[in-house]
This record gives sequence, C-alpha cells and structure tokens, in this order.
Amino acid sequence: MIPPMIAPTSPQAEPQPNPRRTATPSAPPLLEVSDLTKHFLVGGKAGRGRAGGVKAVDGVSFALDRGETLSLVGESGCGKTTTGKSVLRLIEPTAGSVRLEGEELLGLAPSRMRSHRRDMQIIFQDPYASLNPRLSAAEIVAEPMRNFADPAWRGPGALRDRLAWLFAKVGLRPEAMAKLPGEFSGGQRQRLGIARALALKPKLIVCDEPVSALDVSVQAQVVNLLMDLQAEFGLSYLFVAHDLAVVRHISHRVAVMYLGRIVEIAECERLFTDPQHPYTRMLLSAAPIPAPGARTTRVLPIGDPPSALNPPAGCRFHPRCPMARPICRETAPPLIPHGSATGGAHRVACHLVS
Amino acid sequence: MTMTSPAPASAAPAATERHARRSARRRRWMRKHPPLILGAVLLVLVAGLSLAAPWIATHDPQALDPLARLAPPSAAHPFGTDALGRDLFSRVMWGGRASLVVGLTVAVLATSAGVLLGLAAGFVRRADGLVMRLMDGLMAIPDILLAIALMAVTRASLTTVIVAITVPQVPRVVRLVRSLALSLREQQYVEAARALGTRLPVILWRHVLPNMVTPLVVQATFIAATAMLTEALLSFLGVGLPPQIPSWGTMMADGRNFVAVAFHAVLFPGLFLAATVLSVNLVGDGLRDALDPRLSRQL
Repeated sequence: MIPPMIAPTSPQAEPQPNPRRTATPSAPPLLEVSDLTKHFLVGGKAGRGRAGGVKAVDGVSFALDRGETLSLVGESGCGKTTTGKSVLRLIEPTAGSVRLEGEELLGLAPSRMRSHRRDMQIIFQDPYASLNPRLSAAEIVAEPMRNFADPAWRGPGALRDRLAWLFAKVGLRPEAMAKLPGEFSGGQRQRLGIARALALKPKLIVCDEPVSALDVSVQAQVVNLLMDLQAEFGLSYLFVAHDLAVVRHISHRVAVMYLGRIVEIAECERLFTDPQHPYTRMLLSAAPIPAPGARTTRVLPIGDPPSALNPPAGCRFHPRCPMARPICRETAPPLIPHGSATGGAHRVACHLVS
Repeated sequence: MTMTSPAPASAAPAATERHARRSARRRRWMRKHPPLILGAVLLVLVAGLSLAAPWIATHDPQALDPLARLAPPSAAHPFGTDALGRDLFSRVMWGGRASLVVGLTVAVLATSAGVLLGLAAGFVRRADGLVMRLMDGLMAIPDILLAIALMAVTRASLTTVIVAITVPQVPRVVRLVRSLALSLREQQYVEAARALGTRLPVILWRHVLPNMVTPLVVQATFIAATAMLTEALLSFLGVGLPPQIPSWGTMMADGRNFVAVAFHAVLFPGLFLAATVLSVNLVGDGLRDALDPRLSRQL
C-alpha cells in the first residue's frame, strides 16, 4: 500500500477561478435554504405582544452543492452565525425551509432530526469553549461515534483505529489523545474540533468563524487543512466569516449579508472583482490591502448599522447608502440576477443595479 | 545490559525528587487552607469517637443508676450523670452517631433529589414551571415548622426524622442546580454535543453533571451541618428521635430543667454538637475556597 505521491488537489497554491460547481441541474443541491427567518423575542413575555422582536435573520435563501464552499460575510450582528446555526437547528428558526438532500429538516421530531445530524456537523468559533474541559481529546473525538453505530467503528479496536486515523488526518500526534483540552494550543484545539466534526463522515460542515480566534499563522494552517479535507472527502462547507482574505481564499461562492438579509451573492472571484451592491463595495474597500503605500478610494459607510430591533423600511441599507434614492426608502429591493454572463449566479438586491 | 546500568541510578533520585516536590506542594496547599484542615481534623475526631463508642463508652448509655443522679464529673463519670443517673460520657459518645448519620443521610438524599428535580427544571421546559412553583411553596414554610409538621403526622423514628429534615432542604438544592443548569446549557460544548447527536441523558451525565460537582459538594456540607442542628432541635423539642436512640438534642432537653444544679448535663452534649457543626461548616467553607480557582488566585 504505497500512498499516491500526488499532493492533494488543494487550491491553496494557485489562485484559480473556482470552476468546481459540478452538480448537474437535475440533482437537488445538498442543502437548500429558503426564506429562513429567525426572530428573537426581546423583553420576555411582555415583548411577545409587540411585533417581531429582533429580526436576526429575515428571509434568507441559498443553495449549497456537494463539494462546494459558500461563505456568509457581513458585519457583526448581521445574522450570519444565526443563519449557520439555524441550518443545524441549534437555533430553532422561526420560519422558512431547510432541505438536506431534498428532505425538509424544520419541524422534524427530535429523533428523526437526530439521525440527520450524522450528515451535518459544525466547527465552532471558539476552540476553548466548544470542548468540555474535563474530557480527554480521545473522548471528545469519540463522542459522535458513540452516538451513532457504524461498522467503520464498531468494537473498541475499530474505534481506536479510527481515532488514530482522524488524529493523523488533522495533524495531531497520537500522544495527544490522552491530553485534556487545556493542554493544547488554540490551533491544536481547533484541529480537535475539526476531527470531531469529521468523525461521522458528514456531507455538510457549518464552519462558524473557525479561524477568527486564532493567530494569523495558525489561521493559514487551519484554512489549508479545511481545504485539503474538502478535496479529499468532497465536503460542503457553509463558511461563516468576516475575514475577507480568508473568505476569498477558501470560497467558491460568497453571500454578503446585511441586517439579516442577503444583499449580494456571486461566485467568489466575481464578487471580489465586480461587486455591485453599494454595501459590498464598502465592505471590500474597508479591507486592508497588504501592500505598503497602496491607496484605495475608500468608500466608508456613514454611521453605525441601524438596530435590528427596528430595521429601516425599504432597503435596509438606505440610511447609510451614499446613492440612496426615494424608492430605497419605500420598497425593499428583491434579490434578482445581475448580468447575463453569469447565468443567474450573481444576484443583487439593489434598486440602482439593473 | 551495561548500557542500562546508569538508568536506575538516575531514576531513583528523580523519583525521590518528584516525591519531595509533590509533598511540598501538598504542604503548601494545606498551609493555604487552614480552616479546611482544622475542620477535617475535628470532624474525623468526632466521627472516630462515635464509631468507637461501643469500646470507649464506660457504661451502657441507657443503664439507670438512681443512686448517682446528676452526679458531677468524676473519675467514674468523666462527664457526670443525668437526672436518671445515666453516664453522660457514654451517652455523648453514642449520641454522635445519630448526628452524623442524620447529617450524612440528609445531605446525600437532599442533594440527589435536588439534582434530579433541578436538572428537570433546567432542561425540560414543561417541567420548569411545575417544579419551581412546588419548590416556592415548600420554601414559603419555615424549615423548622415544616419539619415539625411532618414529624407530627408520622411516628418518631430515625427514618421519619431524616425525611422530615430532608424535605425542607430540597428546594435550596433545586434552585442551585437549576441556575447552574441554565448557565451550563448555554455552554458551547453542550451546544456542540447537541450538534453531534448526543442524547439528552448522555449530555446531562457527561457534560453537565461533572461541571457542577464543586458547588454541589459545598452545598451538601452546609446541608449536613443544618441537618445536625435541626435533628438536635427536633429532639430538644421532643418531636425528634425516639428516647431509645441517644441524641445530643434529647440530652440537652433532659438536662435543661436542672441547669442550675447540674450544668454539665447540658454543657457536654452542647459542646460536642457545636464542635461537630463547626467542623462541617469549616470543611464546607474551606472546600469552597480550595475548589474555586478564582478565589485561590487572589490569595
């Protein structure tokens, strides 16, 4: 058994235009989210009478193919993490539809829902808080495999073999198995979280800001690990992040969120080179450019994002938009295809973009 | 083999050094928590004396001696005798058993019941309202009154005393466990366990319970101290343990009428009760400080 000497086809080396959306139109996408809505009640029972509460996510729709990475980006509080966790029903959505391989997940009884958890996993932002401090690394990674029976890890010998394999896959030494989470560095803990998410051979992994708590040097390692694993196992990632450099590196498609709604969604390179929505342009121009002396025409948003408790009428971005017209105050723009070259893959929600 | 000969020579000093370092750490830890050590020593002493009662007691604790009633402490009766001429030293030694058994049993029972109800309230939304309103109702009645009421409707025995003292203690544990559960269920590793498909009982057992052991142990020691006092009080009031079980509370109640002529009949059981309750409280206080990393860092 000689391992193939070819390096995994990880795209980290060459900046390529991501031509890898391969699913045929007839097959349903792995994940299909439509009109996902989550309203948080404020002020306990007293607030229940008032309309809505915080509209953290307000009618979000997207689809995710097998082997694809879709990134959700936006400012803090725009609802990207809520969207990610609602897909897994870790947060119970208020309304909408989440379909995994064509099957509706919302409204499933807990036992039926549990059987779907095999296929969908999550990697958390904080590698310190997401690991029980009292369990050893081996126990942490073995937990999902104890929850679901599978011939691949039936019996103590098989389980031990699979643990060793998983630890090797994420680049942890076998000696690490007996250690407690407190004895690892942040990057190693995140690798542990990845091994745990990988254990059940899932199809979808929601990555909730998986690298934002890590050092920059460790970020690169973890991002590359995620990309290698995707290439090897055909994983789909729903990648929640605010670091645009990381997003550009890992994504096939990117969705920009603002105050609970998607304002623009496009192929990764297209979004970064040809952004249409005024908010997307601001977001991109706010990112630093790693070249000394480089000057950009920075378009900075005016003021702070409005409260999600009482979002502005019409287009939610209009109070901060330099190009706002009267119509923006009146009606909310729908998310519609932009340009004919993209075949409808580039969608923008703005009255001023046709 | 020659290659390995230096190894044991160097291993031996390493082992002793490790041992020395460990015992030094232990000494430092003990010096840092004097109340815990004092309480533990005192508690072990009292427990040892009551366990050894059959061998160190000089008399049968129930044997009457009409000729030596209310005798002051002497060589034959180190603690003197009570109004019926019973040897108080022997009775005080035996009486410790009642206190310790009641304290330990009530602490275990109240904590177990409180954990079950508290976890139900904290994790099962439908149980929350029902359990907590029930506990509010129990807490509205003063502890002693509730215990007396429970004793009034049952026949006096060790079991009924334990139940009567346990019931008023349960709501406190339920409240503590519920509040701990509410904060632990928001912990990300509990959320992670849900995402991994872990069933609720397993989540509670693996992720929630181990992380609430420390406050529970501390709470249990305080319950034990309260239970011993309540047992003595119930016995003092005459609604506690039946007369054939020697109890410090009963002894003080018996001696109360003769304080003017024979204060030793109240003094010795009272001293032992105070020392035992103090020792348990010291252990509880000390454990809270020793197990709380935030407190120990400040010291």
